[in-house]
Amino acid sequence: MTSARDEVLARVRAALGDRPAPEPVVRSYDRGSGRAGSLALLAERIEDYRARVHVVAEADLPAALARALRGRRTVVPTGFPAAWLAEVEGELVPDGADVTAELLDGLDSVVSTCQVAIAETGTVVLDGQAGQGRRVVTLVPDHHVLVVRAEQVVEDVPQALARLDPVRPQTWISGPSATSDIELQRVEGVHGPRRLEVVLVTAAPEPVAARRGRAAGPG
Amino acid sequence: MTSVFLGIPTASPHTGRLHGERSFPDAARDGVGDAQLRRNLGAATATIRAKRAGVVAEVPDWDELRVAGAALKDDVLADLERYLVQFEEQFTARGGTVHWARDADEANAVVTALVQATGAREVVKVKSMATQEIGLNEALAAAGISAFETDLAELIVQLGDDLPSHILVPAIHRNRSEVREIFLRAMPGADPALSDDPRALAEAARTHLRRTFLAAQVAVSGANFGVAETGTLAVVESEGNGRMCLTLPRVLITVMGIEKLVPTWQDLEVFLQLLPRSSTGERMNPYTSTWTGVTPGDGPQEVHVVLLDNGRTATLADPLGRSALRCIRCSACLNVCPVYERAGGHAYGSVYPGPIGAVLSPQLTGPGFNSTLPFASTLCGACYDVCPVAIDLPSMLVHLREKAVDADPAGHAAERLALRAVAWTMRSPWRWTRALRGVRAGRLLARRGRIRALPFPLSRWTATRDLPAPPEQSFRDWWAER
Repeated sequence: MTSARDEVLARVRAALGDRPAPEPVVRSYDRGSGRAGSLALLAERIEDYRARVHVVAEADLPAALARALRGRRTVVPTGFPAAWLAEVEGELVPDGADVTAELLDGLDSVVSTCQVAIAETGTVVLDGQAGQGRRVVTLVPDHHVLVVRAEQVVEDVPQALARLDPVRPQTWISGPSATSDIELQRVEGVHGPRRLEVVLVTAAPEPVAARRGRAAGPG
Repeated sequence: MTSVFLGIPTASPHTGRLHGERSFPDAARDGVGDAQLRRNLGAATATIRAKRAGVVAEVPDWDELRVAGAALKDDVLADLERYLVQFEEQFTARGGTVHWARDADEANAVVTALVQATGAREVVKVKSMATQEIGLNEALAAAGISAFETDLAELIVQLGDDLPSHILVPAIHRNRSEVREIFLRAMPGADPALSDDPRALAEAARTHLRRTFLAAQVAVSGANFGVAETGTLAVVESEGNGRMCLTLPRVLITVMGIEKLVPTWQDLEVFLQLLPRSSTGERMNPYTSTWTGVTPGDGPQEVHVVLLDNGRTATLADPLGRSALRCIRCSACLNVCPVYERAGGHAYGSVYPGPIGAVLSPQLTGPGFNSTLPFASTLCGACYDVCPVAIDLPSMLVHLREKAVDADPAGHAAERLALRAVAWTMRSPWRWTRALRGVRAGRLLARRGRIRALPFPLSRWTATRDLPAPPEQSFRDWWAER
């Protein structure tokens, strides 16, 4: 008996008996310049989705996170910089094998870093690397505080894809959870985090010594 | 089983929902006669049309993206065997299991067996056209497995024991007060004081599904895209119910049509721009999830994909019809279609309504079903203008009309005869003038300015249309008198 696989593939071959020769793929659309994405545009586009945006200098990041997480029980992904949370007055729960979805459902917040942010669409992408957490960690708590550093911001979707590793599990986030299912009117807040706060960290002016050191390095 | 072109079998004829019991003209009467439905649809489609137009206008390279989207999909279709095998290799190499299904019955059997192997009696579902198409929920129910729809609109449809009427928003035919009534009637523990504010209704859905998500062992999803190069699957959504299903359960089963592939990861740069702006009218949808096989310690540890034919290869076999397989299910063509807006999605009898449904459903099912769908259009062309992958829907509808007429020898002869008679009359000015005067006799058949039924054989025409009563005087007579 022919397997379903063999039969479907044989059907595909038979269906293409006329050997179609489609038009070549022309990529004349804008694929971005590779320059840094605009922080101001990113902030504007995220706010359009009714998420809160705070723009801070790196030195002020701990204070900004302290304000966002005060009095809350917050899960902290593995690899999230501890120094950034030094001023938080609230319970911090490190992620680990014992942190179940049930346990997360009883917490208030999650704080995480990201891999890439897209200025044009107001999108922040997580791919599970250090500080970003397992997917469940940034999903179940109702309040997500996301730290985006200036050098992670790209202009557009093509530039973001070029920076991302497809093998890693990704979550692209554009505002809080929302639905348009009733009368096609957008309502924020369904199953994902209903409150999204994005802390944008502006690029710190680099010390002269550090810049020299890098230029002199092996590459 | 019916077959077309080279004997390639079409969709499972009696499983799932690709065709209705009634013809389009007959079923459309319900929608056209339902003022509430037309108000709901008119308001919703007007809202989404304006949003889409706004976010498309701000993309200066939209036309170039559209051309690239069409070309990428055509490339996949032209080389589909190679891309499918490549996808299978990559998905398998990263810990996933690939299954193949010739039709709906086979896909349902595969998924049912996979769920049974886990011992679970319940599954959570992400909204998916493919699983609607194959009638998976009904097949699972027959095996004693409950499927919980978690998308808000699908939940409204499921709780209302209703049928979806739109690709993106299956409950588009329901307004807020109808949704409230459905929740109060069918949602266990719904608060009797629930208001009809969409915010409150969304909150009710969140509370209702929270425990189900946290306890779920198995999820079933569709996929918006599969990347051949990497074996990656992608789901595009808004509410976070997709993330819940794709993240929390131990086992994830994805049903994906074989045409959903894109060649490379980078190619998503085209579709992740085209799809959200075309479907919900947003710059980007709230959530997109991608996964490639199994990631140890993160998300489902057992992942499956079922690659579904169910009439797709039969569609692929028609050189003038195969570009319907470019469709990325955005539903922009539904939202601009004057016929859809008045008839409603249920009239199409298939899970794929609107212009894309009128070309896709008859091709998936083959001749013998859906023969009236290619006529469910005014050929105004609005659908082609908004299609993000440039499917030439009007031309394809005309092509499928020819096929439908060819498949119906009686209809063919009558139409040919009618067209010949018109041509003969118009060749002589005398005959034409006499004929126009004869038309005045038609006023005898009219009631309140409309003719609703003509005698046979013209009854074939008025079965689906009303005619305006002819004027008392033809333009030629009026001109001659001046």
